[in-house]
Amino acid sequence: MIEDLIFITQISIKSSVAVLLATVGGIITERSGVLNLGIEGMMLVGALAGFAAGHFTQSPMIAVAAGTLAGGLLSLVHAFFTIALRSNQVLSGLALTILGTGLANFLGRPLIGQTGVRIRQLPIPLLSDIPVIGEVFFNQSPFAYAAYLLVPLVWFALFRTRTGLVLRAVGEDARSADAAGVNVELTRALSVFVGGLFAGLAGTYLSLSYTPGWKETMTGGQGWIAIAMIIFCTWNPLLAFFGALLFGGLTALQFFFQATSMDLIPSYILKMLPYLLTIGVLVLVSASSRHRKSASPADLGVPFNREL
Amino acid sequence: MIRVEKRKEPLRYQGAVAASSAVVIAFLVGCVIFAGLGVHPLTAYLAMGKGVFSSVDAFSEVLVKATPLIFTGLAVATAASMMLWNIGAEGQLVWGGICAAGTALFLFPGMDAWLVIPLVLAASALGGLVWSLIPALLKAKLKVNEILTTLLLNYVAIIYMEHLFYGPWRDPAGFGFPGTAQIPEAAHLVRFAGTRISLGFPLALLCAVFLYYLLKKSIWGYQVLVIGKEQRAARYAGFNVNGKILTVMALSGAFAGMAGMVEVCGIHYRLQTGLAVGYGYDGIIVAWLAGLNPLAVPFTAILLGALFVGGEQLQSVLGLPSSISLILEGALLFGLFAGQALGGYTVTISGRSKVAS
Repeated sequence: MIEDLIFITQISIKSSVAVLLATVGGIITERSGVLNLGIEGMMLVGALAGFAAGHFTQSPMIAVAAGTLAGGLLSLVHAFFTIALRSNQVLSGLALTILGTGLANFLGRPLIGQTGVRIRQLPIPLLSDIPVIGEVFFNQSPFAYAAYLLVPLVWFALFRTRTGLVLRAVGEDARSADAAGVNVELTRALSVFVGGLFAGLAGTYLSLSYTPGWKETMTGGQGWIAIAMIIFCTWNPLLAFFGALLFGGLTALQFFFQATSMDLIPSYILKMLPYLLTIGVLVLVSASSRHRKSASPADLGVPFNREL
Repeated sequence: MIRVEKRKEPLRYQGAVAASSAVVIAFLVGCVIFAGLGVHPLTAYLAMGKGVFSSVDAFSEVLVKATPLIFTGLAVATAASMMLWNIGAEGQLVWGGICAAGTALFLFPGMDAWLVIPLVLAASALGGLVWSLIPALLKAKLKVNEILTTLLLNYVAIIYMEHLFYGPWRDPAGFGFPGTAQIPEAAHLVRFAGTRISLGFPLALLCAVFLYYLLKKSIWGYQVLVIGKEQRAARYAGFNVNGKILTVMALSGAFAGMAGMVEVCGIHYRLQTGLAVGYGYDGIIVAWLAGLNPLAVPFTAILLGALFVGGEQLQSVLGLPSSISLILEGALLFGLFAGQALGGYTVTISGRSKVAS
């Protein structure tokens, strides 16, 4: 029983890493006032680039760098259209997902079924010897450890540094930030780019570690779940841990039921649960924030135009 | 000197200008990709063009592809005319397909065509409608973001459909092939002379005309357009915004549901994996390329249909993955944005310089 619980918790964390990384990246982007619905597309391109680089170089470092950078590069398309041309952010994000999916499917066709590098679990000495906690938290892949470090780091950067203050000011009131001498366009472009790097890293985790290999649409909507989780965690990176764990927990439960071949819940219902739960979470947030001021950045989705 | 200025009044044919620049940009992106792959762009485009225009048969396939795209394009356009985002046309299409197949297979198996076709059509519209009402109710009552709910429900719908044709609805005589049994012949849509174009195509055109008149000539449509432009003003004017969210999304879902019906009853004749291939997402491109004008939707749907048929041709003739059409779709949308942005400026070339005011 205890062993089952440890197993489920460990898999929960394993299954939540990609959503966590993508959510945190999305928070950085949205805090600056830009909505990017292209996370799913950036994750796919990151997953493919990471896998391809690993396949050809056999170097895990190059693979991770390539996947991360690919997500960042694709995000620049969104940055250009929404910031320089002031295109509709919703539509541009959707277009980015379509473009990213197309690019990944097109370029990845010859790589289906190939083997690349694989980044395995790496127990941390000493820490992984702690009973229960060690097994659950410190017997994970390096991606999980990176997430443990990056999440508080992003929180600190956003809420305790001057750079973070500037970034949030741009997202809350771009006009005032501009009057105070902040370069709104550049701040937003960089935030979009950093968000893209995170999405790329999240995708790389999927193709190098979580389910090693390249498969079309291997993200399975995790990019969209991340966007919902941004709302759920009220744009606070620390709360993203819980949002991502909720998703990971359901995925782990699915594995557990399959592994033990328990027919308590039909498998198709289990498969639906992460999506249904995400909708439930959105409903909960909306219902509870009806009478309070929304936590969303005030200028989210509003293009900045100095001439107006 | 050359001067770029902001246009004071929008261009008269701004939509057409933006759409054509979208096509030009997608074309150029395609050139770059083909050249990068070591294929002469002209060879590639000729192969695509040949695949589309070489025969009546080939071109008829474009209209076959365009048929569900018109429906999903109308679905997206309906919602967007009130600034609602229906990214869930894919899931509504799937429910339309489930209801169409279920009605034809299990509810009225032995009925005549003239009765069963309208029933199946109504069932599919209802299926899409009910599925779209979930995000609509959440939006109207609790202000839940409809972009995410409509999208997430796509995954739920597809998982449920797969459960049906892998499980309880699987054809017992299908040798384990995932899919339902073939629907009775009475539920097959009539096809036109030797092609795969079914009754679904004229039906789609009819729906486009219907939506145009509904939006432009009815009080309901007028209110929807006003709410879409200026929601606050519409509320002050006493328009029932929440009620409109429900009716608009219901109509949108019904259109998408019918797309599922024309696929099941016009093409596949059963519920199977080929149903959810992304027509719901393509509808976003169809609708916005058409500038949300229902009468322009069939044309942009045909354009996209040609892109798909041409893409398949690239695969069979030149061995290039057909997913290139997905990249070109993305390029079409980004090209549209560029066109919209450029349309807002004028370029004047004159001899004398003026002091900037």
